[in-house]
Amino acid sequence: MDLFAFVKPKNELESSAEKQQNVPFVPEEMWIKCPKCNTMLLTTDMEENLHVCTHCDHHFRISAKQRLRLLADKHSFTEQDAQLTSSNLLDFPGYDEKLKKAKKKSNESVICGECRIGGIPTEICVMDADFMMGSMGTVTGEKITRAFERATENRLPVVVCTVSGGARMQEGILSLMQMAKTSGAVKRHSDAGLLYITVLTDPTTGGVTASFAMEGDIILAEPNALVAFAGPRVIEQTMRQKLPKDFQTSEFVMQKGFIDAVVTRGKLKQTISKLLKMHGYKEAE
Amino acid sequence: MADKNTQTNAAYEKVMAARDAKKLTAIDYIANMFGDSFIELHGDRRYSDDKAIIAGLGMLYDTPVTVIGIEKGRNTKERMERNFGQAHPEGYRKALRLMKQAEKFRRPVLCLVDTSGAYPGIGAEERGQGQAIAENLMEMMTLKTPILTILIGEGGSGGALALAVADEVWMLENSVYSVISPEGCASILWKDSAKAPQAAEALRMTAQDLFGLGVVERIIRQPKAEDKAMFESLKLLVSRTFEKNLKLSDEELTENRYARFRRIGNAQGGSLD
Ligand SMILES: [Zn+2]
Repeated sequence: MDLFAFVKPKNELESSAEKQQNVPFVPEEMWIKCPKCNTMLLTTDMEENLHVCTHCDHHFRISAKQRLRLLADKHSFTEQDAQLTSSNLLDFPGYDEKLKKAKKKSNESVICGECRIGGIPTEICVMDADFMMGSMGTVTGEKITRAFERATENRLPVVVCTVSGGARMQEGILSLMQMAKTSGAVKRHSDAGLLYITVLTDPTTGGVTASFAMEGDIILAEPNALVAFAGPRVIEQTMRQKLPKDFQTSEFVMQKGFIDAVVTRGKLKQTISKLLKMHGYKEAE
Repeated sequence: MADKNTQTNAAYEKVMAARDAKKLTAIDYIANMFGDSFIELHGDRRYSDDKAIIAGLGMLYDTPVTVIGIEKGRNTKERMERNFGQAHPEGYRKALRLMKQAEKFRRPVLCLVDTSGAYPGIGAEERGQGQAIAENLMEMMTLKTPILTILIGEGGSGGALALAVADEVWMLENSVYSVISPEGCASILWKDSAKAPQAAEALRMTAQDLFGLGVVERIIRQPKAEDKAMFESLKLLVSRTFEKNLKLSDEELTENRYARFRRIGNAQGGSLD
């Protein structure tokens, strides 16, 4: 069973992903078509609107760096463990080339470090779809584990923004073990009485869903994000039956009881900063 | 060293052996290790009783033990009933309920894993398959009683790991443990599921591979149904491991378990020690 397959999102989301890859948000690109409502959008307007369609509210995928800019206070982020970088531990055929390609687009599958959100010191991890679809390798697991261990030590809350196609199959069993390792670190942070907020973004699937994505005290999600353990294609193949409408969207998963709130991108930062305050975390001097 | 082709076939033969319908299943292990002392306990107290997971209490010599096994079924009728050993969230929640119960009485937990993976279906997704597995991973890591997991056939990704956050993980000589099936891996990476043997080799999923990678502590000889002596030595081995771990304080026990997983991929660049 291809449970940890690099799940392809649904058709409309798929095309949005392709659009994003083929049409990066560079200044010389003036117009972009929304894959959901087909409206032509001005890229400058899009940027101003946090890469959300001004017409239909479709949330475009953004990079880890863009998301970090969205959530962290200006100049407040200090990156940690940037030196950790994926390597071909099992000599898996073709993985070296894939890594080389991925590293041209992004440094790693996750960026971790300390920042301030609304003035409050917070440990933050942001996964990056631009690096092998945010798949979980040993470095992903190690960086997230270290972030939780640092936060436990420094008594900080943790915010993790997830985006992941699932496990990094080129790292075999070592990839699977990261689910246990990160979960252990989350549990220790939790047992220390500290707050953990997850932000699920499109897509969050497989081994990431079945570990730290679903372990937050408070689980937020962006609208219409694919949130799944087994992706829709895997299920369709196994079941040979049509999936319910809106199956595995964040709204659907919230209705089933597994997400606390669906929050639009524009309200994400203020929601997180309110939650941090309500848990007694104070602004830094 | 054998040539590349033979190697490839060897890995995939292990996969085939691990999936062999004639091999012993969790029920056989429970019968041979716990005999008449076994009392099955049903249900997750939330939704239903998942028959893909058989669980209960049994006596290992003088020690009561909580045993949780993924059961594939031994014939067509049983396999249908057991959903081919593919558990739903309620199966993982039943397992967790009984692990928490074991913790309350500081009773050791034995998990027997044999699954191609957690069930990928509409109901399973609706009832939070990912959340159920995630919760097991978290809770098992700090469960204050000894846990030992033995892979007795297939260890399919998250669905297997959800019963394998243990003090030690052992594998039968003909068992496999992997993040993805070799067929799935081959069809995603190389668009050709016929390349499964190559994928099986590349994934390093046999008991021997995983022992080499430091992911499992012990490889167990494959027992046969009538092999009383083999089961007797397995019982002794399990019993000694529980005895050793029961002597540890809660802190030592959970610290060791955390360290066991913590060291995997912790060096610069993620190499193993
Ligand atoms: Zn639109």
